[in-house]
Amino acid sequence: MGSRASSLLREEEIEEIKKETGFSHSQITRLYSRFTSLDKGENGTLCREDFQRIPELAINPLGDRIINAFFPESEDQVNFRGFMRTLAHFRPIEESDKNKDPRVPEPLNSRNNKLLFAFRLYDLDKDDKISREELLQVLRMMVGVNISDEQLGSIADRTIQEADQDGDLSISFNEFQKVLEKVDVEQKMSIRFLH
Amino acid sequence: MGMDRSQHAGRSSLCCPVLLALSVFLCCSAAEGTANQIPQRDPGPLIGEIRSGSVDNSTSKDYQIVQLNWPHVKDTYIIAVWILVASLAKIVFHLSEKVTSVVPESALLIVLGLILGGIVWAADHTASFTLTPNVFFFYLLPPIVLDAGYFMPNRHFFGNLGTILMYAVIGTVWNAATTGLSLYGIFKTGIMGPIQAGLLEFLLFGSLIAAVDPVAVLAVFEEVHVNEVLFIIVFGESLLNDAVTVVLYNVFSSFVAIGGENIEGLDYFKGIVSFFVVSLGGTAVGIVFAFLLSLVTRFTKHVRVIEPGFVFVISYLSYLTAEMLSLSAILAITFCGICCQKYVKANLCEQSITTVRYAMKMLASGAETIIFMFLGISAVDTRIWTWNTAFILLTLVFISVYRVIGVVIQTWILNHYRVVQLEIIDQVVMSYGGLRGAVAFALVVLLDSQHIHERRLFISTTIIVVYFTVIFQGLTIKPLVKWLKVKRSQHKEPLLNEKLHGRAFDHILSAIEDISGQIGHNYLRDKWTNFDRKYLSKLMMRKSAQVSRDKILSVFRELNLKDAISYVSEGERRGSLAFIRSSSDVNVDFTGPRHSVVDSSVSALLRGSTSEVCLDMQAIENRMKSGKDREETVTHHMLQQHLYKPRKRYRLNYSRHKLAVRNEGEQQDKEIFQRTMKKRLENFKPTKLANNYTTKFRNMKKERAAKKKHSDAMSNGKIPAHSVSFHVNKDSDVEDHYDPSDGGISFLITPAHNESDEPITGFTNPGFSTEEDDSTFQMTPPWVSNEETVIPSQRARLQLPRSPTNFRRLTPLQLSSRSIDSFLLADISDEHPLSFLPESSM
Repeated sequence: MGSRASSLLREEEIEEIKKETGFSHSQITRLYSRFTSLDKGENGTLCREDFQRIPELAINPLGDRIINAFFPESEDQVNFRGFMRTLAHFRPIEESDKNKDPRVPEPLNSRNNKLLFAFRLYDLDKDDKISREELLQVLRMMVGVNISDEQLGSIADRTIQEADQDGDLSISFNEFQKVLEKVDVEQKMSIRFLH
Repeated sequence: MGMDRSQHAGRSSLCCPVLLALSVFLCCSAAEGTANQIPQRDPGPLIGEIRSGSVDNSTSKDYQIVQLNWPHVKDTYIIAVWILVASLAKIVFHLSEKVTSVVPESALLIVLGLILGGIVWAADHTASFTLTPNVFFFYLLPPIVLDAGYFMPNRHFFGNLGTILMYAVIGTVWNAATTGLSLYGIFKTGIMGPIQAGLLEFLLFGSLIAAVDPVAVLAVFEEVHVNEVLFIIVFGESLLNDAVTVVLYNVFSSFVAIGGENIEGLDYFKGIVSFFVVSLGGTAVGIVFAFLLSLVTRFTKHVRVIEPGFVFVISYLSYLTAEMLSLSAILAITFCGICCQKYVKANLCEQSITTVRYAMKMLASGAETIIFMFLGISAVDTRIWTWNTAFILLTLVFISVYRVIGVVIQTWILNHYRVVQLEIIDQVVMSYGGLRGAVAFALVVLLDSQHIHERRLFISTTIIVVYFTVIFQGLTIKPLVKWLKVKRSQHKEPLLNEKLHGRAFDHILSAIEDISGQIGHNYLRDKWTNFDRKYLSKLMMRKSAQVSRDKILSVFRELNLKDAISYVSEGERRGSLAFIRSSSDVNVDFTGPRHSVVDSSVSALLRGSTSEVCLDMQAIENRMKSGKDREETVTHHMLQQHLYKPRKRYRLNYSRHKLAVRNEGEQQDKEIFQRTMKKRLENFKPTKLANNYTTKFRNMKKERAAKKKHSDAMSNGKIPAHSVSFHVNKDSDVEDHYDPSDGGISFLITPAHNESDEPITGFTNPGFSTEEDDSTFQMTPPWVSNEETVIPSQRARLQLPRSPTNFRRLTPLQLSSRSIDSFLLADISDEHPLSFLPESSM
C-alpha cells in the first residue's frame, strides 16, 4: 500500500509538502495512502461526503465543523496538499521548529496556529470574533440534551464574560489566546503521527 | 441544627473508629511482631516501672475503688502516645516556616525518630519499637496508597500510562539486575571482604533495593511542586513498580530457599508468568472492587452517615483480597481508588465527599508520619547493625548510577513515541527522584535469617540507603529543581473557557486521528468515554448524578456554587461584624473561628443558620425552568450578575496534605473589595431599606423605578415578585439527590414569595444594615450619584466605604470596562434584592 501511494505521489511534490508542513517523508506517504483510501471518487481530491463516511466522525460532536475546516474558502474539494496543510496543525512542536528565523512565517503547527484552528471552528461568520450565538452553537453540540437552553445561555454568558476584555460581548482571537494562555496548547492540540 | 450536628457526628464518628481501629491493629500486630522478632525483649522502660507499681497494688484482695490497670491498656496506649508524639512533632515542625521550607518533613521525622529511639535506648538499652513489616503492609501502607489512587489525576495518569509502565517495569528490573549483578561482581573481586552470600542473595538484595518508594516520593515531591507530567511519571512509577518488586522479591527469596543448585528452567518461566499474574491480577481485583464500591454507593441514599465508610472498607478489602491471593496489593488498592473516584464522587452527597476527603487525607498523612518516625526509631538497635563500608558505599553508588543510566536510556526510547518530550532537566529530576523508603525496609526485615546469612548487613545497608535518599536527596531536590528551573506546576483557577475549549480540543484531536487513520490515545479515550457514558455511568451512578454528569456543566455548577458560598460567607462575615455593634436582638453568634476552606465555610454557614440546608445549583436550575418566562430571564440574569468570580484556587496536582486550601497570602485588591462592597450594598440594602428606611429613600427608589422599564416589577421599594433566597426546600418534588431529610441547603429560587419583605430575623439582612453602612449608603447611593454612568471612577471607588481587613480572601474580580454594576443597576439590584432566608427566620 505504502509503495503504491508513494508511486502516485511525485517526489518533488513530497518535497514541497515536507517543506510546507514539516512532515517527514514516511509520514507523508503514510498519510497519502490514507488519503487515497478515503478518496472513494478516486479523483485525487476529497469532498465532504468522503469525510462523512468516516464512522467515528458521525459521533464526534464537532465532526462537521472539523470537516469544514478542511475546506477553506467554501470550496467543495480538497487535494492532498490542502489535506496535509490542515493536518500539519496537529504535528507536535519539535526542537527544530522552535529556532526559526523570525522572518519566516510561523510553521503551521505553532501554538498560535493551533489556537487559530480551534478559534475558527467557533467563528462561523469569519468576523474574527466568537459571538454569543456562535459559542452557544458549539456548546449545544458539545453538551448533552439534559441541559436546558437557559443553562447553556448562562454558561455561554459566563464564558464570554470570563474571556471578554474589551466589553464587546464577544471573544476576539486575542482574548481567546489570553484566556487560554495557561493551557498547554502545544500538547493538547498535538497528536503523534506515526513515522 | 439537627442536620448540622449529624453532619459533624458523621464526620467525627467516621474518623474516630477508623483511627481507633488503626491503632488497635497497630498495637496488636506490633506486639505480635516485636514479640516474634525479639522474644527476649524487656518491656519498655516506662512500661516496666508503671507495671510493677500496678502489680503491687493488685496483690491485695480487697475490692478497690480505683485500680491502675496498665497492662490492660498498655499496647493500645503506647501506640496512641506514639501517634500523638508524631502529630505533635508535626505541629512543632510547622511552627517554623523556614525549617519546613528547606528540610522535608520526612527527613525531620526520621531524625525525630532517631532521637526518640536514642532516648529509649539510653534508658533501657533495648529497641522497643520497630517498624514491623506486618504493621507496615497491613495498616500503614494501604491508606497512603488508597489516598494516592483516589486523588489520582486520572487524565495525566492514563495519558502517560505507557511511559509510567515502562519505567515501572523495565526500569525496576533493570535497577534490580544491574545493582545485584554489579555488587556480586565487586564481591567476587574480594574488596568487600568475607560475605556469606551467593549470586541469588545479591539479586534478592538488588530487587528489594531497586524499587522507588511511593511513600518517600510523595512526601518529597509533594513539597517540590514540579509540573504535573513529571510528577505523575515518578509517582506513577513508584506505585506501579510494586508488582515488579513483589514478584522479583518472591521469586528470588524462594530461589534462595530452594537453593541455587536445585532451580530448574521451569522455575524461571514460572517467575515470568507470575509477574503477569501478580500485576494483572492485582489490577483486576482493584477494578472489581471499584465496581462494587461504585455500585454500593449508588444505593446509600438513606444511610448517609455510614456512606463514607464504604469507601474505606471496600477499598481496604480490595487490598486484603489481593494480599490473600498473593497478588499485588498496592496495584489493587491503587486501581480501586482510580476507578471508583468518578462514580463515588458523583454518587455521594456533598458532605460525604468532604468527609471522605478529610478522612483519607488524615489517615494517609498520619500513616506517613508514623512510617517515617518509626523508620528513625527502628535504626536504633545494635542487633541489626553490621558495617561493611565497601558494600554500603557501593550500593549507594550503584543505585544512583544505574538509575541515571536507566532513566536516560528509557527516556531516549520513549521520546520517539511521546508527544511531549522529556527533556534533559526532566531526566535529571526523575533520576534524582528515585527515592527508596519504607517498602524496601519492610521487605528487608521480612527476610528469613535462616536462609539469608547476611540479613543484618542487608538491613543496615537498606537503612543507610533509605536515609541517604530521603534525607540527602530530599534535602537537595528542591534547590536542584529551582536551580535547573524545572517547569513548576501552577495554581490555576478553573476557567470555564479552559474547560470548554479543552473539551473542544479533545474532540478535534480525536476527529483528526480518525481522519488521518491513526489509532492513538485520543481515539482510545474517545471510545472509552463513549463506553463509559453508555454503560458504566448508567449502571453505577445515581440517576440524579447522571443528569449533571457533563463536565462543562459541572464546572459551571462548581463555579456557581463557589460563588454562592462566597456570597453567603461574605454576608455572614459582614453580619458578624454588624451583630457586635448593632446589638440587635438577633442572637446568632458568628464570632466563632472561621475556616479557610470553602467546605468549612459552608459548615460555618450551616452552624450559623440553624437550618437544614444544602447548596444545590441544580435546584435553582430546575426552579428556573419551571418559572415563568419573564421571571426566569430576570432571575437568571440576576443570578448571573450576582455571582462573583471564583475565588478558590484549585490544584490539578496531587497533594497528600493539602485539601485545596485557599491561597491565603493572596494580595488584597482594594478595587475589587470596593466593587464587592458596592455590589453588596446594592444587593442587600433594599430589603432592609424596605423596612427601615426613610421615605426619602423610598421616594428615590420610586423615582428611579419609574424611569425603569421594569418598574412594574416593583412597588414602593417593596420586594419584587420573586427573590432569590437561601431557602430550605420543603417540597420534595425535586430530584432525589437532595431530599430535605438528608439536610442540605437548597439554594433555591422561589418565585412569588415575599418573605424577604418582612422584618428578617435571620442573620443576613440585619447584618447588612449596620449604622456605618447606612451612613455610607446615604452619602453615596450609587444609583443616585450616577444615573447613566454606572462605572464609578477610580476616585469614586477609592471613596467607597471602609475596607475591613478581613476581606483578604476575595479573589480579584475581573474589572472590565463594561461594568457588571451596570447590569445590577439596570435591571436587578434594587428591584430584585437577594436575600438569604434561613429556615429559622420564617
